[in-house]
Amino acid sequence: MRNYLKMAYRNLLRHRRRSALSALALAIALALLVFMAAFFKGEMRSSLEDTLRLSSGHLQVRDIDYDPDKSSVAWGYLIEKPSEVAAKIASLPPVRTATPRLFASGIVSVGQDSAGVQIIGIEPDSEANAPYRQGLVAGEFLTAEDRNGIVIGTPLAESLGLQVGSTLNLLVNTAEGTVDEQTFTVRGIFSTGSSNYDKGIVLLPLAKAQAFSGAGDRASIIFVLLEDREQAQAVASAITGAAYKVLTWQEMNELLVLVNDFSNAYITFLSLIILGVTVTVIVNTMLMAVFERTREIGILAALGMKGRQIITLFLTEAALLALGGVAVGLLAGGALSAYFGRVGIYFGDLGVSGMIFGDRIYPYLMLDDVLRLSVTAFLVTLLACLYPARLASRMEPVEALRAEK
Amino acid sequence: MEVAKVENVSRVYRVGEVETYALRNVSLTIQNGEFTALVGPSGSGKTTLLQLLGCLDQPTSGRVFINGQEVSRLNRDQRADIRKGHIGFIFQFFALIPTLTAYENVEMPLLLNGMSARQRHERVMELLKAVDLLDRKDNRPDQMSGGQQQRVAIARALAPNPSIVLADEPTANLDTTNGEQVMTLMTRLNQETGVTFVFATHDPRVIRYARRVITLRDGTIAENGTGPAN
Ligand SMILES: Nc1ncnc2c1ncn2[C@@H]1O[C@H](COP(=O)(O)OP(=O)(O)O)[C@@H](O)[C@H]1O
Ligand SMILES: [Mg+2]
Repeated sequence: MRNYLKMAYRNLLRHRRRSALSALALAIALALLVFMAAFFKGEMRSSLEDTLRLSSGHLQVRDIDYDPDKSSVAWGYLIEKPSEVAAKIASLPPVRTATPRLFASGIVSVGQDSAGVQIIGIEPDSEANAPYRQGLVAGEFLTAEDRNGIVIGTPLAESLGLQVGSTLNLLVNTAEGTVDEQTFTVRGIFSTGSSNYDKGIVLLPLAKAQAFSGAGDRASIIFVLLEDREQAQAVASAITGAAYKVLTWQEMNELLVLVNDFSNAYITFLSLIILGVTVTVIVNTMLMAVFERTREIGILAALGMKGRQIITLFLTEAALLALGGVAVGLLAGGALSAYFGRVGIYFGDLGVSGMIFGDRIYPYLMLDDVLRLSVTAFLVTLLACLYPARLASRMEPVEALRAEK
Repeated sequence: MEVAKVENVSRVYRVGEVETYALRNVSLTIQNGEFTALVGPSGSGKTTLLQLLGCLDQPTSGRVFINGQEVSRLNRDQRADIRKGHIGFIFQFFALIPTLTAYENVEMPLLLNGMSARQRHERVMELLKAVDLLDRKDNRPDQMSGGQQQRVAIARALAPNPSIVLADEPTANLDTTNGEQVMTLMTRLNQETGVTFVFATHDPRVIRYARRVITLRDGTIAENGTGPAN
């Protein structure tokens, strides 16, 4: 084996630039793939994280008739005495926090400008509000007793020219199917990192939201966070009550979970296409090498080298080339992913509705992606080079020796 | 003892519709220790005959034997094994592997024969000494003259202790001095080690060294007799 390596290595050095370029082609492809995988994973991961922490939670308890698409506060859709239900759920050991939330639809207007929003009634002291509380960029968070205060997101504040202390007019669709209206003062402005999400919501204290919308002592959901999200199914079955339905985060985010689960297959598929293109460069290099060395192959065959050994010789050469390309590609792809993983890539509001994406995407490199991509790149190269190698091994020594005297 | 034998051998090349008889019903026996020249004009079939003797090619009809074993019906890998163990080649162009040093070129057939590292080293040094190229052992082919390269090729051909060394116009690309040196070397190795040499040539100065001369004309043996050196 050492001798194959020696010969393969020296053969590669015969055409340094050509070898380097072929390896570089593979390196660029792999770097690209690694970065893409990291980007994709980072995006999916943050999208899922954001969705869980902002919108769906790990579990939601809803009234059996609740329809999330209607955002209606008609009593028939709501959970009664939500604080008691939440307290009961919060006492289950794997539950970190459980808090009622009320969703109502409304319109914010300031002067001539207005925007449709979802009004979320929250218990201000709940730990579940951390993303908003910690995301405050100005002002203060709500208190439970506040009857005039409202907290809004940065994009809404910017588009309506609102600052802390400004007043706005809020319209709400009430439980009776009518409309009510009141002026609120902006107490705080937050940014969760996802403008797409932030622009469409306003926060009120739960009690105020209930009174304002005529929901009484009712809530749309109990928002539940667990210590470990993998426990969702177990906790869901521990929550009983015929009037409720309990949804796990997987059930609420089927599309996202599906995309996440299929991302490996997706990346592999993409990598095969990109590698397929790249590998033609390497196969071409190897084919050139085979034809250039026709006579040498004849000499080796005359000395008694067998077809299998000639294949090994050329595959060793391909393997060295691939190894070089993979190493450089990994370094480059890893460096790119690590750099952007730290600073993020700014996209702003992608305008995708129905999904939560952060404004900045942080590529996230996973070891198994790196391994899978490297091994795939290496094997695809070797497999492709089987063709030139076999071509070399099948040359008749006589023909090979006659070639170009 | 018979080292090599061809029996009623013909070799026909087909190029399109045209059939060329490179050899026609040739029979020949090479005895152990011979130093034999294959002579004849260009196109008379010398190379073809050497390739058949060397298991590089197979006859269209007839049989070829090496050390009594029929080799004309063997498959590729089996023929490779015969070449590896029994046959040394010297070509007109100095057929060394350009990426390998003189030492490594001589070592190549020993590697293929699976000889141990220490034995290989001994054998390579012994051979490089025999062809007087010890000081060139780390040179690549392009750092050596034609004569030196051909001497490395001779050392390589002898490395696995072959039964027979086949040389196709070994001096054709050398000047007179180097050509003579190569022939003297082959003669000496033939006498010292007893290894059989068959070489193709049409150079009268080379034929001088032969102890047996076989003359080919149009693919048949025209003369078969003792040579000037006998
Ligand atoms: N591969 C080949 N295809 C077609 N004809 C060939 C081939 N090799 C040799 N010949 C023909 O066979 C004859 C003998 O060739 P060769 O053995 O090379 O002669 P020599 O070595 O004596 O010059 C020549 O007529 C040559 O043209
Ligand atoms: Mg010839």
